Amino acid sequence: MNLNGILQIILYFFVILLLIKPIGLYMTRVFNKEKTFFDPILCPIEKLVYKLSGVNSKEEQNWLEYAKSLILFNLIGVVVLYSILRFQNILPFNPTKSDSISPDLAFNIAASFTSNTNWQSYVPEGTISYFTEMLGLTVQNFLSAATGIAMAIAFIRALAREQSNTIGNFWIDLVRSTLWVLLPLSFIFSMIFVFEGIPQNLKPYVHARTIEGKIQILPQGPIASRESIKAIGTNGGGILNANSAHPYENPSPLTNFLQLIAIFLIGAALTNTFGRMVKDERQGWVLFTAMGILFLFGVFASYYFESLGNPLLKDFAKINMEGKEVRFGILGSVLYAIVTTAASCGAVNSMHSSFLPISGMMPLINIMLGEIIIGGVGVGLSGMFLFAIIAVFIAGLMVGRTPEYLGKKIETKEIKMSVLAVLILPLCVHCFSAFACTTPWGVRGPLNMGPHGFSEIIYAFSSASGNNGSAFAGLNANSFFYNLTTGLAMLIGRFLIIVPTLAIAGSLVRKKLVPPSSGTLPTTGLTFVFYLILVIITVGGLVYFPALSLGPIVEHFLMISGKVF
Amino acid sequence: MFNQLKTAVSMTLILTLITGFIYPMLVTVLAQTFFPSQASGSLIIKNKNISGSKLIGQNFTSDKYFHSRPSESNYDGTKSGGSNLGPTSKKLIDKIISTAKGLEKENPNISPPADLITASGSGLDPHISIAGAEFQIPRVAIARGISEGALHKLVVEHIEKRQFGILGELRVNVLTLNLALDNFYSK
Repeated sequence: MNLNGILQIILYFFVILLLIKPIGLYMTRVFNKEKTFFDPILCPIEKLVYKLSGVNSKEEQNWLEYAKSLILFNLIGVVVLYSILRFQNILPFNPTKSDSISPDLAFNIAASFTSNTNWQSYVPEGTISYFTEMLGLTVQNFLSAATGIAMAIAFIRALAREQSNTIGNFWIDLVRSTLWVLLPLSFIFSMIFVFEGIPQNLKPYVHARTIEGKIQILPQGPIASRESIKAIGTNGGGILNANSAHPYENPSPLTNFLQLIAIFLIGAALTNTFGRMVKDERQGWVLFTAMGILFLFGVFASYYFESLGNPLLKDFAKINMEGKEVRFGILGSVLYAIVTTAASCGAVNSMHSSFLPISGMMPLINIMLGEIIIGGVGVGLSGMFLFAIIAVFIAGLMVGRTPEYLGKKIETKEIKMSVLAVLILPLCVHCFSAFACTTPWGVRGPLNMGPHGFSEIIYAFSSASGNNGSAFAGLNANSFFYNLTTGLAMLIGRFLIIVPTLAIAGSLVRKKLVPPSSGTLPTTGLTFVFYLILVIITVGGLVYFPALSLGPIVEHFLMISGKVF
Repeated sequence: MFNQLKTAVSMTLILTLITGFIYPMLVTVLAQTFFPSQASGSLIIKNKNISGSKLIGQNFTSDKYFHSRPSESNYDGTKSGGSNLGPTSKKLIDKIISTAKGLEKENPNISPPADLITASGSGLDPHISIAGAEFQIPRVAIARGISEGALHKLVVEHIEKRQFGILGELRVNVLTLNLALDNFYSK
């Protein structure tokens, strides 16, 4: 650890803090349909979109209609993306002559990009045509992010409204997220990215003759325009195989810093949007503080352990630069790894698999906790709501009183649904990993031997189920077995959490607001922050302890004792 | 139900057109207009020949050039990626130790810095650390018959600083350094 590294962490956190209020306010105005700066350009487009698609912009939906629209829209997204992938060889914009994608891989990619996971079991260079890149992957980067934001806004409305039946209109939330939030931000970031060196063209790959006279093929494409939405929408799918480690995707420390900002931006600001919509900004700051503490703990723990270097190489390499880029160094790599997993993004600027065991475990823990530390756009905040509901419930049990959250009585239905949504992730991770570990198709996957091989499997299913998309990428995941299992895990981990979450929203929105009494657990203040963190760790985290012990923890001790595999 | 389906399908089509066509095309046009060099991959063109991109590392084997970091893909631009070997991998430990031992022959006075013996994440890392460049000065000096002092000066001129004095790490771009070598001292 060095001073410059610590200063970079502080600077990063500070910039995020500064942006929360303005962006939070902006999103509040967007979703309350109040006046914003972009209205003169976007309102006519919005009207046209509704007219063409037959949406009545005055109409609202109850939770079931909202959920049906969401699922139907995403289902069509899967089908369309699958078809594009299968037929990209005959579609235009294909100067690299990319071939049709096999059915199992196409299913995996379609599930991956519509569920905001962006898990990639393929090498994009030469595999993905520019048509697919733009009209397939870029589109789902926008739409899956907009779906997540819509869900969070619906949930916030449920908490803010009283004795209502409706939680908003999915189509309106979707369109407003896309046009007002994601597009302008992506556009601004894209232009800065191009200025810093990220390519943006539709030209074929360049054949360069290097100084020593060898041929080097340089991939091209519409990279910058997807790089921005990849980060802003917490998607994370690389346009090139090395993802944000690739100099074309992340050429400078500034682009690295901006990507880190973009990844946290919307998720962090949504806590403020939430506070404003329930008319008590402190409620938002409480959730953000809990997220911030968990985040900083992860960064410093990971930075500390990674800086120690590999004891097996202590006479040779003082620092662990395997899988890292010189321009980012240890801190730039570690910070990216923590941010991308806290936020369900999954972009990587270094190879997590080559991290030391404990520093490589921190990203894994972030995913396993359900990515509620900022989290994926929208889904992270909703996940935090579930933990808050469980927290007030447990507190209620201790004092023998019906719990409330923001004046809404928390009853059987909410608790059942919350626990269901929270348990889906560990259930998915453990069952799929156990299945992979006990079948020959699964065991064939890992690159590394020993506990690290097990870590690769558990990381893969955590990443897929948690809709993260990063990997201990030694795993050979482009096999029928892994394409199918991770594809299913991604869909389950996305939609089986969204539906119960919306069901809770539907039940909460009907309740009346109870004024706080002396027996109410206040959900503002530091006491609640630490209590919430405790609940997150015990309810969401402890369940993984056995699996982590078999993977990174045992690997750490074996490494210290000098064992190699 | 039919109405819902119609809405969902037309919504998909319209938003696909906006986010998948209009948006990337607009960015492409503006990028090519205002930042044509960056938008086309920051290519280095010498005598009408593309000799690479200043952002993408190349493989150098001759003693007359500074060498890049080890690369898992040997600087193949179509196969970016790292080794993904874990910290207790025997293959990784052996590989790093043998690379280090090989380099020690080249400059017995100092041990090679970490970036010169480990593979990068992209396999295309264009940079080495300052220590990584300093380490190679004696070899390049002998091969080219120029003084170590002159090379040292050249390396210092090519140090890329932290952006805004804080972001990233100090580093040297190997390709631009080698191009400068060829410019100042004929091959």
